[in-house]
Formats: sequence, structure tokens, C-alpha cells
Amino acid sequence: MIAGLYIDGTSAVHRATAGIKILAMVALGTGVFLIPDWPVAAAVLATVIVLYPVSGFGLRVLWAQIKPMIWLLAVFFAVQLWLHDWQAGLLVVTRVAAIVLFAALVTLTTKTSAMLDSLERAMQPLRPIGVNPQKVSLAISMVLRFIPVIATVASEIRDAQRARGLDKSILAMVVPLIIRTLKMADDVADAIDARSFDPD
Amino acid sequence: MIRLENVSVQFDQRHALADIDLTLTEKRIGVVGANGSGKSTFVRLLNGLQTASSGRVMVDDLDAAKDGRKLRRHVGFVFQNPDNQIVYPVVEEDLAFGLKSLKLPKEEVTRRIDEILARYDLTDFKAHPSHLLSGGQKQLLAISGVLVMEPRYIIFDEPTTLLDLRNRNRVKRAIDGLDQTVITVTHDLDLIADYDRVLVFENGNVVIDDTPANAVPKYREMMA
Repeated sequence: MIAGLYIDGTSAVHRATAGIKILAMVALGTGVFLIPDWPVAAAVLATVIVLYPVSGFGLRVLWAQIKPMIWLLAVFFAVQLWLHDWQAGLLVVTRVAAIVLFAALVTLTTKTSAMLDSLERAMQPLRPIGVNPQKVSLAISMVLRFIPVIATVASEIRDAQRARGLDKSILAMVVPLIIRTLKMADDVADAIDARSFDPD
Repeated sequence: MIRLENVSVQFDQRHALADIDLTLTEKRIGVVGANGSGKSTFVRLLNGLQTASSGRVMVDDLDAAKDGRKLRRHVGFVFQNPDNQIVYPVVEEDLAFGLKSLKLPKEEVTRRIDEILARYDLTDFKAHPSHLLSGGQKQLLAISGVLVMEPRYIIFDEPTTLLDLRNRNRVKRAIDGLDQTVITVTHDLDLIADYDRVLVFENGNVVIDDTPANAVPKYREMMA
């Protein structure tokens, strides 16, 4: 679950500021596509992999990040092999794996609040055109926070409808989910007010 | 001191509260009544979440109609469902949420967070995803999120309704241990048994205003 990705630690990667890590991620995401040869891209991937033990993470954590992507990487490789050759396949796979693993490492070592603070600072120049960085940051944090909550609500509704024999009805699932989510939105808005949120 | 002067709240044509005139000076005040009796509307007035249609609500020297933002810092509010009150995905981030608006130095923010986590045995959960806490821990986190703001008054709106007995007792101990003035809306009459004063609401009016020893039996009789 997205909201549970951060793993507490004291490594140099953990201590690096969120802004630097985000900039590094953008630089890597762009730079890796400028690399024309797979051995160089593989060296970048190897460096990213080395950052995992440096950050205090073992093979299990590393595998958990890349596992959901394995089939997609296999498809990329197969398509490139079919269209070009195995070197082109390796180039694409190593590029994508390096980006995914680095992005995951940033998420694993950076608190949401630190990332959002950096985002808020980066968005300050947009204030004159009506963008409120605090509100944008709060909205992002709430998306992360409420994904698991809404998933729980959906699961409760699914169980309730199953108990009534309505497990095949999409309407019986969607309507109560929308109603409960809207009610929750009202309550959350009250709670944010009650907790003295000050976007200015 | 909380003072309500001829306060009415009207939704469409219906009076949710009718001409309430009250002065509250006690440290522990219980608010009970059937669903829709006006008790939640009453406490929402005290934190500025609800504005009065007529009359005046004063909390110390703050006028609810004019000092909404200050009032919300002065009067904390703990809701029934902590899932709707916790807005950040990680425990310590959620505790820091309200403090942002106070613009405190970083060291003070850290001190307040560490202190409150230790108080409720949540220190080990500091970097924990908030959605993975138990129901009782979530309610304690919601209470902590209010307490870090160091309010003078705290309102609890049915704080134990969603909890099992063990967590209900944990939350009761947490509420009982507070130094602040506490106003608790509840259907759990044992929660307010040792309070100083109990207000019973019915149809938007305060129909009983007495000590728990007198008010609770009368309320039970009313509801029989």
C-alpha cells in the first residue's frame, strides 16, 4: 500500500534532503534515456542497487520493489528482441529498472511530510497565479492517507452486499461507496477545520 | 468559562437548538440525549464548526462569531471516528499537521510530538502508517493530535462509540487524565458518571441540567 512505503532509518540516504532526492530522481529519469549503450545503463542500475544496502535495506526489500514490474520488463525485453536485438532489449530493461528502483528507494527513505514540504517550497513561485502550495500538499497527503481507508470501506460494503446475495451487482457496490465517501469527505473537512488548518 | 446567550440554530425550518442560555465553568461536563436532540450541534458551536443563527457564544474572551480560527486553537475537538480525523499517512506527520499553523520552532514541534507519543505509549509507532493502528490507538492518536495544540478546552463527540471494551477503557483513562476542561457528548453513561455536570438535550432544548447522580437516572427514565 502506498501509504506504508516509508521505512524508518538513519542512513545517509535517509538523511539526505527530500529536495535533493527528488532532483536526483528527475535527473536519473532524464539522464538514463540519454545513455545509448546497455553496459552503461547496467552500471547505473548496479549503482542504484548498491544504494539499497547502503540505505540499510536487504534483498527482500529490493525484490519487493522490482517484483511487480518483472512481467512488464519481460514484455519490454521481448518486444525489443522482436523489433531489434537483445542489446536493445537489455538497454530498455536496465533503464526502466534503474528508474523504478531509484524512485522506490526515494519513497522508502523519505517521509511523506518531507516530500510534501519540498513540493510546497517548489510551488511557492506559483502563488501569484492562484496556486496555494499548502492546499495542494494537503490534498496529496490526504490521497495517500485515504487510499487504505476507502479500500477498507469498499471491503465492508462488498461483505455487506455479499451477505445480501448482491455480490454480482456493481450498483450495490458503487452507490453506497460513493455515499459513504461523500459523507466521509464532509466529516474530514470538519476535522481539518477543527484542527486549525491555515493555508495562508 | 463558556457562555451561551439565547443561542438558536436553525436548519431550514427546523430548530436544532432553541434559545439556549448557559454558563459552563465546570472541568467535566457530559452532554447526552437521543440522536437528533441537538447535542452535537451544541458542541460544534463551542469550537466554531457551527455558527449560531441567533444569540452569542463566548469561550473565555473569544466570540465564536468573530474569532473562529483562534477559537479552534483554544477548543480542541475529537470526533467519533478517528479515521476521519487523521489526515496524514504517518503517525508523527499527522501530529505535526495542526502544529504547522502555530509556526513553532522545529525543536518545539519535536518536543511536543515526542511528549504526547510517550504519554499514550505510542512512541514505537512514531514512524508507523496511521491506517495500520488499532481502533484504540487511532482514537488515542486523534486525541494526541488535538492535545499537541495545547488547547484550553477539549470536546469529545462520542469518543468511545466505535471501540471495544478494552480500548474504550483506555480512552476513558486518557480523557480522565486530562488537565483541560472536557466536554463529552456520549451515549455511554458510565463515561460521565464522575463528571461535575450533565446536560440532557431533547428537541434542541436542555431539559435536565444537574449532577450525574441526579441527571443520569432521570435521563434513563426519559428514554425508557
